[in-house]
Amino acid sequence: MSRLAERFRQGGVFVWLSATVLAFCLAMIIGLVGYIAAKGMGYFWPSPLVQVQTPDGPILGEITGQQPTHGEEPAKTQFRVGNRDIYGQDFRWVPTADLSAPEFPKDALLIERLEYGPFIGRIVSLSHDGQPVATGPAAITEAASRLPETLRIRRHIQSIEKGQVGDLNRRIERIRLARRKLEEGRDASALQALDAKAAALQTTYDELQTSLEQSRSESKAWILGLQTVDGQTRDLPLGSVVRMVPANAMNRFDKLGVYLSRLWEFLADDPRESNTEGGIFPAIFGTVMMVLVMSVLVVPLGVITALYLREYARQGWVVRAVRVAVNNLAGVPSIVFGVFGLGFFVYSLGGTIDQLFFSDSLPTPTYGTGGILWASLTLSLLTVPVVVVATEEALGAVPRSQREASLAMGATKWQTLWNIVLPSATPGILTGLILAIARGAGEVAPLMLTGVVKLAPSMPLDGTFPFFHLDRKFMHLGFHIYDVGFQSPNSEAAKPMVFMASFLLLLVVVILNLFALNLRRKLRERLGGSTF
Amino acid sequence: MMNPGAIDMEIDDPRPVPEPTLLHASLDGAAKRVGIFSQPDLPLTDPSVLSAPTMLKVERLNLFYGEKQALDDINLQVARNSVTSFIGPSGCGKSTLLRCLNRMNDLIDDVRIQGRVMMGDTDIYAPGTDVIALRKRAGMVFQKSNPFPKSIFENVAYGLRIQGQGDRVVLEEAVERSLKGAGLWEEVKDRLKDSAQGLSGGQQQRLCIARALAVRPEIILMDEPCSALDPIATARVEELILELKREFTIVIVTHNMQQAARVSDHTAFFWMGKLIETGLTEKLFTNPGHRMTEDYITGRFG
Ligand SMILES: Nc1ncnc2c1ncn2[C@@H]1O[C@H](COP(=O)(O)OP(=O)(O)OP(=O)(O)O)[C@@H](O)[C@H]1O
Ligand SMILES: [Mg+2]
Repeated sequence: MSRLAERFRQGGVFVWLSATVLAFCLAMIIGLVGYIAAKGMGYFWPSPLVQVQTPDGPILGEITGQQPTHGEEPAKTQFRVGNRDIYGQDFRWVPTADLSAPEFPKDALLIERLEYGPFIGRIVSLSHDGQPVATGPAAITEAASRLPETLRIRRHIQSIEKGQVGDLNRRIERIRLARRKLEEGRDASALQALDAKAAALQTTYDELQTSLEQSRSESKAWILGLQTVDGQTRDLPLGSVVRMVPANAMNRFDKLGVYLSRLWEFLADDPRESNTEGGIFPAIFGTVMMVLVMSVLVVPLGVITALYLREYARQGWVVRAVRVAVNNLAGVPSIVFGVFGLGFFVYSLGGTIDQLFFSDSLPTPTYGTGGILWASLTLSLLTVPVVVVATEEALGAVPRSQREASLAMGATKWQTLWNIVLPSATPGILTGLILAIARGAGEVAPLMLTGVVKLAPSMPLDGTFPFFHLDRKFMHLGFHIYDVGFQSPNSEAAKPMVFMASFLLLLVVVILNLFALNLRRKLRERLGGSTF
Repeated sequence: MMNPGAIDMEIDDPRPVPEPTLLHASLDGAAKRVGIFSQPDLPLTDPSVLSAPTMLKVERLNLFYGEKQALDDINLQVARNSVTSFIGPSGCGKSTLLRCLNRMNDLIDDVRIQGRVMMGDTDIYAPGTDVIALRKRAGMVFQKSNPFPKSIFENVAYGLRIQGQGDRVVLEEAVERSLKGAGLWEEVKDRLKDSAQGLSGGQQQRLCIARALAVRPEIILMDEPCSALDPIATARVEELILELKREFTIVIVTHNMQQAARVSDHTAFFWMGKLIETGLTEKLFTNPGHRMTEDYITGRFG
């Protein structure tokens, strides 16, 4: 008894207790990240294609799930059979007892294509302009060797569509707007000049279209003859094949190649098929950019507020009330901020900006609709309390002796703040920013009201003047997760995508934070920590 | 608040404030400085400030922290180009008085000040006084060294930079001159870009002195500048003070009787917010005019 009391007194118990709790928290965090990472990262590894016999005919596909016996319910196996255009759905549950012994046919293929999800089956022939070129196994090799060329053509078409065609469209639109202005003035010669310009543009446009059409038909000339395991056939232009994966015929290195190419596609490409396939680059980019714009807005906002509260305002009940109010802002549900952002920023502010500066293009709104600027502003309001609190702490931690030294040199209060106090407080301010980023990057609800969309046609940063398009709508990883996981018609197929996007969102937040942490470390080093 | 009747029995015979002896007051040196302070920081450019033999004159000064009186009817004069030391037991108001001389007490809430502090013929507490200009003329060195978290160079150049001096050559010249003046140049000339917080305590204190010298003040106010230094560093600072006396007027607060005796020309002894005795240091230490002074300097106090 007394030994227990003694240990209690020494505090050993508490050391153990706190260590255990810490370990528990760590385990939870590692478990969370590990689970998401494992679920997401495994998705790209080619799984074997299993062929089995069932009473309803043969099945070829990847095994994606097992369900044990549940009372009356027999055990079941889930197959991903693909061929949504033929079967109507990608997945199929089959009672495990009905299955024959699995086979792994070497000629089975999983073909990722631009539409309808993957095709799972066999290639029977390859033809060019209606003429058969190869059949059987030769067709596979031939198709595989043709694929890079068609991929290149597709990239080319895409880049023209996105770049030149988009650019032309914008120029034509600008001329249209200019015309509308001129029509009021009735300046005939200027109108004519504009029309000539428009006509010239239109010809270039048409030329571009023809050359595009040519490339398109070229890429459609090669046709794959496909056959599913139950004997149905389909023709598929080689131009709409993304990747051919004969999983059963591949060794580890081939699979690694497929894995890496899928991963790269995921990270660097635009989404396809209502976001359930392809990449999520626009969402990554949108998230990062939104967080950066938010940081640029929230730091001055928070720092100036804190400076006034701490250094200039008379410390009394008013300041105390303001401080409480600011801190309570952090507790307001984020959707409320979204509503405020929509009402105030988008409708009022944006509407006014449109009336004043973009009246030409009305009724199409420019700033009067959700956009990355409004979303970032809303989030910076949401996160400003964090920065205010951190900055106030940091300002308070600057030694009085240093302020006095500066003032005694004949510095004004402002000079002292700017030259001595703020530099010393910067690491603390950055701590606030880090917390703000952590909070802001994960918010989804307010963004849905203020500028995030499922699929944004163009990025908020690109090569056309003025490069930063803060009025544009954007994609966001958090919203992407919600949309793909819960709003898509094919959410079963999109499950791994959800995990992968979650993992990426975590990664983005961590990387952004690492940048800020590094910055803070550098600043601390420059300020010099030691006193002796 | 001048109320002699209320003064403690033991000090009922406050001696008249002695006229400070002029030690190194040369109108020559004063005239040289006119150039530096020709900026329009009126009313402190009053010519009397630059030439009068008495640098500072404190008249009937009372100071209250809230309800608590910290200085009680202080009358004191500080001679130009001399060293004046303030001594007295802890809490007697030495720092408070020192901070009145460059109006650093303005920064504390709830301070009330009555009386006058004259610089030449100008009252620095008169309304409309340019406090910034005043502080440029009355530099301060604090008890605990407080270099800025910047490089050694930037620390010394700070005062000039905030005055808008951006010329590298001028700054370099001023930094070198000030560091030499503070006896630190040889030790740091190769590491001016290093952080000032990497210096030793003694070096830091001399850096703070250099920082104060850089703006070429008239007066340097030092609040126990050696209290955190070892005897060798203390000796260096004391040498420095004697050196600086030729160009500046120095007021130093110290708890070290030997130090006061070694470096100062005049000494003022305070007790409980009152000025008990002031006079030539030699006289005060060898033949104190008051029993309390004698008790204090011989260590029989309290
Ligand atoms: N900011 C303040 N607010 C209220 N009272 C103060 C303040 N600063 C000093 N005092 C009080 O004023 C009196 C004089 O203080 P001061 O710091 O001038 O003493 P000191 O002579 O410098 O003492 P020491 O030798 O210990 O430094 C003390 O009683 C102190 O408690
Ligand atoms: Mg003191």
